[in-house]
Formats: sequence, C-alpha cells, structure tokens
Amino acid sequence: MSDVMERPAAAAAYKVVGTRPVRPDGADKVTGKAAYGADLMLPGMLTGKIKRSPHAHARIVSIDTKKARALPGVKAVITAADFPDLASEEMAGAEESSNVRDTSLNCMARDAVYYEGHAVAAVAATSSSIADEALALIEVTYETLPHVIDVEAAMASDAPVLHGDMITKGITPAPTAASNIAHEHHLNRGDLAAGFAAADVVIEQRYTTAAVHQGYIEPHATVATFGADGQCQVWSASQGHFAVRTLCAKILGLETSDIRVTPAEIGGGFGGKTTVYLEPLALALSRQCGAPVRMVMTREEVFRATGPTSGGVVEVKLGAKADGAITAAQVVMKFQAGAFPGSPIGAAVMTALACYDIPNFAITGYDVVTNTPKVAAYRAPGAPIAAFGVECAVDDLAQKLGLDPLDLRMKNAVRDGVKAAYGPTFKNIGYVETLQAIRDHPHYVAPLGPNQGRGVAVGFWFNIGGESTASVQINDDGSAVVATGNPDIGGSRASMAMMAAEVLGLPIEKVRPIVADTASIGYSMLTGGSRTTFATGMAVAQAAQKIVDDLKRRAAQTWDVAVDQVEWLSGAAVCRDPSKGELTLAALVAKSGETGGPIGAQVSLNAQGAGPGFGAHICDVEVDPETGFVTVLRYTAAQDVGRAIHPAYVEGQVQGGVAQGIGWALNEEYIFGPDGKMENAGFLDYRVPVASDLPMIDAILIEVANPRHPFGAKGVGEVPIVPPLAAVANAVSAAIKVRMTDLPLSPPKIRAAIDGR
Amino acid sequence: MSARRHISATVNGDPVEFLTEPGTTLLDALRDELGLTGSKEGCGTGDCGACSVTLDGRLVCSCLVLAAEAEGRRITTIEGMAEGGVLHPLQQKFLEHAALQCGFCTPGLLVAAKALLDAHPDPTETEARYWLAGNLCRCTGYDKIIRAVMDAAAELRQEPVR
Repeated sequence: MSDVMERPAAAAAYKVVGTRPVRPDGADKVTGKAAYGADLMLPGMLTGKIKRSPHAHARIVSIDTKKARALPGVKAVITAADFPDLASEEMAGAEESSNVRDTSLNCMARDAVYYEGHAVAAVAATSSSIADEALALIEVTYETLPHVIDVEAAMASDAPVLHGDMITKGITPAPTAASNIAHEHHLNRGDLAAGFAAADVVIEQRYTTAAVHQGYIEPHATVATFGADGQCQVWSASQGHFAVRTLCAKILGLETSDIRVTPAEIGGGFGGKTTVYLEPLALALSRQCGAPVRMVMTREEVFRATGPTSGGVVEVKLGAKADGAITAAQVVMKFQAGAFPGSPIGAAVMTALACYDIPNFAITGYDVVTNTPKVAAYRAPGAPIAAFGVECAVDDLAQKLGLDPLDLRMKNAVRDGVKAAYGPTFKNIGYVETLQAIRDHPHYVAPLGPNQGRGVAVGFWFNIGGESTASVQINDDGSAVVATGNPDIGGSRASMAMMAAEVLGLPIEKVRPIVADTASIGYSMLTGGSRTTFATGMAVAQAAQKIVDDLKRRAAQTWDVAVDQVEWLSGAAVCRDPSKGELTLAALVAKSGETGGPIGAQVSLNAQGAGPGFGAHICDVEVDPETGFVTVLRYTAAQDVGRAIHPAYVEGQVQGGVAQGIGWALNEEYIFGPDGKMENAGFLDYRVPVASDLPMIDAILIEVANPRHPFGAKGVGEVPIVPPLAAVANAVSAAIKVRMTDLPLSPPKIRAAIDGR
Repeated sequence: MSARRHISATVNGDPVEFLTEPGTTLLDALRDELGLTGSKEGCGTGDCGACSVTLDGRLVCSCLVLAAEAEGRRITTIEGMAEGGVLHPLQQKFLEHAALQCGFCTPGLLVAAKALLDAHPDPTETEARYWLAGNLCRCTGYDKIIRAVMDAAAELRQEPVR
C-alpha cells in the first residue's frame, strides 16, 4: 500500500487529534490489573534461572551439569550445547542491525565468557529455591584471561583481543591482524585543512562519558512453552514481539511459523528491550521438559547482563570566523560496544553535526569491543554522547567569540534546503523555530543567583518509519477496534485510537485499541526509532480511511445514488440530496449484511518520510561549592514534534527524556573494579533521578507539520535525551567557571574542578 | 526443603490464608500465593518502590518484608485502592494528568501517594517530591506525577482545583 496521503489539515480542523483524553488502557494501569512480563501464571509453570560468569573474560574449559540434573525438582538444564552454533548473519533492526550469531552467544556463552554476568547455563525447576540450588551445583571450569574495560585501552596495540577473528571493517586495505576495533566510520565534507585555515578562532577539547543503563523499572521477564507438536508460545515484555519471534527462531533453529509471541505490557524499554536475553533460553528449557517456564531477571542481572549504552570519548575541534560562521569541524569518537560489535557509533557519526550547516568537516568513529555487557539501543542511540561533545564545544566557541550561544547556533543552523551532514536534504524541519522558542522564553533571560549557571544545548534525531500493519474493525454497535502489532510503551494505544477516531468521526470512547500477537496481525517492526505514532499511525489512519470509503459506498448503495453524492461527516454518511437524510455508522452496521458483510479494513505499509526531530534546551543549575553537589533549578525544552496527537503524552516523552539525560549528566555510570566486575549493580549505587532531584520540566511543543503523515506527526520519543548532557554540563561549567568535560558530573569531580581554579 | 508456615492476614479488608517458606518475601507471597500481581518487583532491594504496600497503615516495600511477618497484620495493596469499582481521586488524577507512561511504577507510586495524603493532606510540592523519592519512575520525569498528586490532594481537601 502506498504511504502517500493528502497533506495534513490545520490543527483547528481536528476534533480528536490534539486533545488530551484519558488513555484507553489507563484504568487497568492505575488499578494493578495490567499484566506485565512477570505477571502471567500458567498451570505447571516452572521457574527458570541463569548461571552467570563470575569473570570478566575467560575461556570455558568445561561445564558439568550432572549434579544439578540429579537434584529433585530440577526439570531441565541447558548450556550452549542446546543451541545451534550459528554462522555470522546480520539482521536488520529498527535502528541498528544486529548479528544473530552475536545475539545467540550473548544469550548463552559457548567457548568463552566476555563479561562478568555472561550466561553460561540455565535451569528450570519446580521452585525458585530449587532453581537456585541447582545453579550452585553446576560446575564450570574457567581459564581466566586478561580483560579490558576502557575504550582507549581496548584500542591499544597491546590490549587483550576479545575475538581472534575480528578484523576492523571500514578501512582499506583491511588490516591483517585482529583487534578490538570492530568498525571504523568516516563521514567527511569539503576541505578540512582549508576550513581551519580560514578560521579566526579554533577551539579543541576532549570529552568523556561513562556507560549508562536504560534503567527501565521492569526487569526482563518471559514465559515460554514448547508444545509436544513443536508449536511454541512466548509471552514477554519487549518492544517488538515480531523481533522476539524472529530471534527465537534463528537462535533455536526453528521456523518462525512455529512460534507465536504475545506481547505483555512492557514496563519501560528505551531501546533496551529491542533484543532477546531470556526468551530463547525459556523455550530451550521448555523444549527439554515440556512444561511452561517463566524467567524473570533480578535488577542485578539487568545491570550486569543486559545492554547499557556505550561509554565514549568525543574529541571535538571547531574553527569559526569572528562573526560566528563555523568554517570547519573535526570530531573523533570512540565507543565501547561491550562484548560484541554494535555500539551506536554509526548514528553518533551521522548525528554529531546534524544541527549545523558546516562546509568542511571530518567525523571519525570507532566501534570497540570491551569486556562489558553487550550494549543495546538506548533512546536516540549514540546521539547524546556525540551531542555532549559538540554542544559543549559550541558553547566554548561562543564564549571565545563573545557571542550569545543561541545566536551562534542560529547563525549556523540547518534549515530547509540544507544538505544534512549525514546526506539527505532537509525538508519541513522545525529546528530554527525551536531555537527561536527558547530564545524568546522568559527562562532564557531570568536572573541567576550566586553559584548558579545556565546552559543551552540542541539535539537531533532521524526518527524512522518502516513496516507496520493495522486493522480496524467496526462492531455491531457502531464502535471500532483498532489492532496493531506495536507494544504500547508510553501511551501509543491512545494515539492510535485518536487517529482512528478522527478519521471515522467517532468520539474517542468508541474506539478500543489493542496490541495483537504475532499470529493475529501482520508484521510490524518494533516500537523504537520513534516510529510508532508516525508509521503505525499512518497504517491506522489509512485503514480507517478505507472503512470510510467503504461506508460511503454502502450508503450510496442504500440510497441508490452515485458514491460521489455521499460525504462522511461526524461519523455519519450524509447525502447531497437533502431528502435522503443521513445514515449513522450504527445504522450502516445494522444493515451491513445487505451491503457487503462485516465492515473492517487492514493496511500494511512501509512508511517513508519520517520527519527528523530537533530540540533546544535550557538548563539552570546551582552548585554547592562546599560539596560539589548540583541542583537542577529549572529546565525548559522546546521540540519540533510535527503535530502532537495527544499533547500530554508528547510532553511526557520530552520530560522523561530530559530526566534520563539529567541522570546521565549528573549521577549515572557503570563503575568497574580492577577485576573488571561492575561495582554498582543496583538502584542504590547506580542512582537514577528521583522525584526530589528534579524540578518541573517545561516542555514546549513546536508544530511544524510533517506532510508525509496524515496528521503531520513526527517521532518525538528520542530527541529529548540528546541535548541534556551538554545543557547540564554547560550550566555547571558556567556556574563554577571551569569547563567540565567528564560525565557524570559527580560531586568529587566538581569539587576537584573548583579546587583547581 | 524447609517447612512451610501457615499465615493468616487481612489483605485489602479480606481475610486471607497462605503457606510460605521462611525466606519468601511478602511481595512474592502477594503475587504468587494470592495472585495480587499489581505490586511489582523492580529491584528486590527496597530501592525502587514498585512493590509499595501498607502494613498496618505504614508504607513499606513489600520486597523487604518477609511473608511470615504478615501474620495477623493488615495489608493494603493497589488492588484495594479503588472502592467498589470507583477509582480513588489519585487514580483518576493520574489518568487525567497523563502521569503514567509504561505504568509499571504506577501501582507503587499510587500506594505511596495515598500514604502521603493520608498523613499530610496538604503537602507542598517539595514535600510530595521527597515523600515519593523512594518510588522510581524512568518514563515521566515525575512532572505530571507531582501535578496529579497535588491536584488529587486539592480535590480530597475539597478545594477548588488550582
């Protein structure tokens, strides 16, 4: 089906889109009825648990499971021997491709463990305590190997090499020796040397960030059952049950048609639930014993064994004319990938300068494997790290030139018609509008007190479209059901129902949205890349439009007039011949048997034209000079959202992204000991922002409509985490008058910076 | 195998009985023995508050309470908040303010917020933020949660909203 529709109408023309109704799944979520990954119970269900590596890097010499198998109550024990040894195969994802072999080896180590917490075996038992006892009885003999955690240490020529067959991609001629550098990326334009030669001012700085976790509050959880006929069912909390199905099939060597995956409610993901950890293991355990197996991670397992995002190094050099025109930019980035290749360095390279129209630049990125958990996508993967370096550097440039930091950004801003650093030419972007919105906001000129500082920063994310399916069915009472294949992670059921209601002319209460399992709806890419409201919403709107077209035909047939004599207005067919009156949806449904049968439509499409998103943020902080503690006093975030379908949930995306970014900037980090083990694998020591850490977050929604979406929507979920790292760092640097370059900006670092002034 | 112990308690006003192992937490007993899965486990160490319940009226993390300690006690969970199918004003305000995204932290936040308003009907925003500092939410940035709690407090005091 084509994804091209008529241009979106003005916002005022809508009755449902742009309003703030109560979400259709809300009552279940405030009463405790909503069923998340760990909430499903099946008769005869067993508890599955995982034996994990105590070493950061080791060769597995042997695994003896005999004693565990002999323990009464133990029903299944698995190791890598229970899975096919897969060949390397790249598989497209929503935002990044992944290698199925690596994903399999990350789920269950075969010959070597690459990080502390790497799974080496799993058991299923009749109780949690028996499962624990069984894990203790599994004897694993390791030959420990030297490990490497730091990204630059891993790039050194004398570093322990994780994968003996890994030859760096992206350079010609290809190196002959294996290294930890999986991939080298380059993006260049113009003549860098000439650009710097033309500059009146050049600044150069090195920035670093720590690995941080997505921190969803719901640990990974699944229930799986492997039938005697080979038919499998999986229930799990994921961002995409079709992706879970594909990965389980590949990792277990099954046909996708033999696996049905039902999405549980998902307790947060932020990119971290776009892959599998438990599902293939639960299926393999169930295959061995025939009973349903439930597996739920502990928080410690979530930290030690699921994807954080990369810690990184970002080196930025900028040159500019005295009037602020940036003439050249050089950016070098090195990202930890964890145990297997696949850091978000590619996106970091493409987004680093995406807000700027710069004639000469060179961006280099390194994807580097380290003895840390394999990274997973995290909200605008890679972009916040790149933006941290670039946005701090732009602030320093403004200071050196004596220019207002927003004026400097405005002068170099990308606009419609500008060729983006990453290739395409921008169209219908609202970047300048977001900059103007914060420039004009009272926050930007509000007075600051002693030890207080203000920072600004901007951010970009591509947003994606992709493959989605939606079906809309009309019930016999004239209400509608909307089914999609996208897990609702933050209110998307509401926006799906609203878009259908708008097209059908129904009140929102008459539209019930559901998320259907892999056997009940057509393929849909996962909920990620800020794609659902754009791409799946497009499918919903088109399916609803097909129904309206069908209803007009049925009304014309009933009235015996030409279809062009019928209009669809406010949920009813209206004839141009006033003597015919109108036919409501309920009236048409009552006669549907005479006009062609049940009323419904399904649309599958591959949505193109997702509008890129831009945000501009202002942050005020106060630094306690005695302790180095930072308080965020005020935060304002403007973002181009295309059109807000449900503005309250769009604001919520902006506020949530900002909060995560503030945590990244101030508190959060993976801390590793000299033995390569994570030292803070819990919410007490890995501190995410709590309610008393934050102020209200003022979200300003700029609506520059995306003409490729029926209502003008652009993706909104990822952009808001891009600017905060630099906005906070710029504010802290302004408050203490020292350029801060190393995240997180923990009190000891700030104290040291103050002492070193 | 350790012996299972018989426990009698009151949950959401109703008498309940269950068997428990000595090491089982109240959270696991509520979820696995009584089928009350509204209380969530986000950490199991008392850091996230998703398992918040009240025990004899006191707000606790049920992951830090042993099931055996429930003997003879009164427990209220999220399942006991709406009365007769009518949402509590806090639940209603969470919906109206869009104060939830994924909804996983929501039961614990609602139980904690109700304990706040029971004890302090007229909290300042700062008091609300510190009271709820033991309930992690990763989706919302807390903005709309705090607004919902303040709005519900005003409604419960029967003051004009804002």
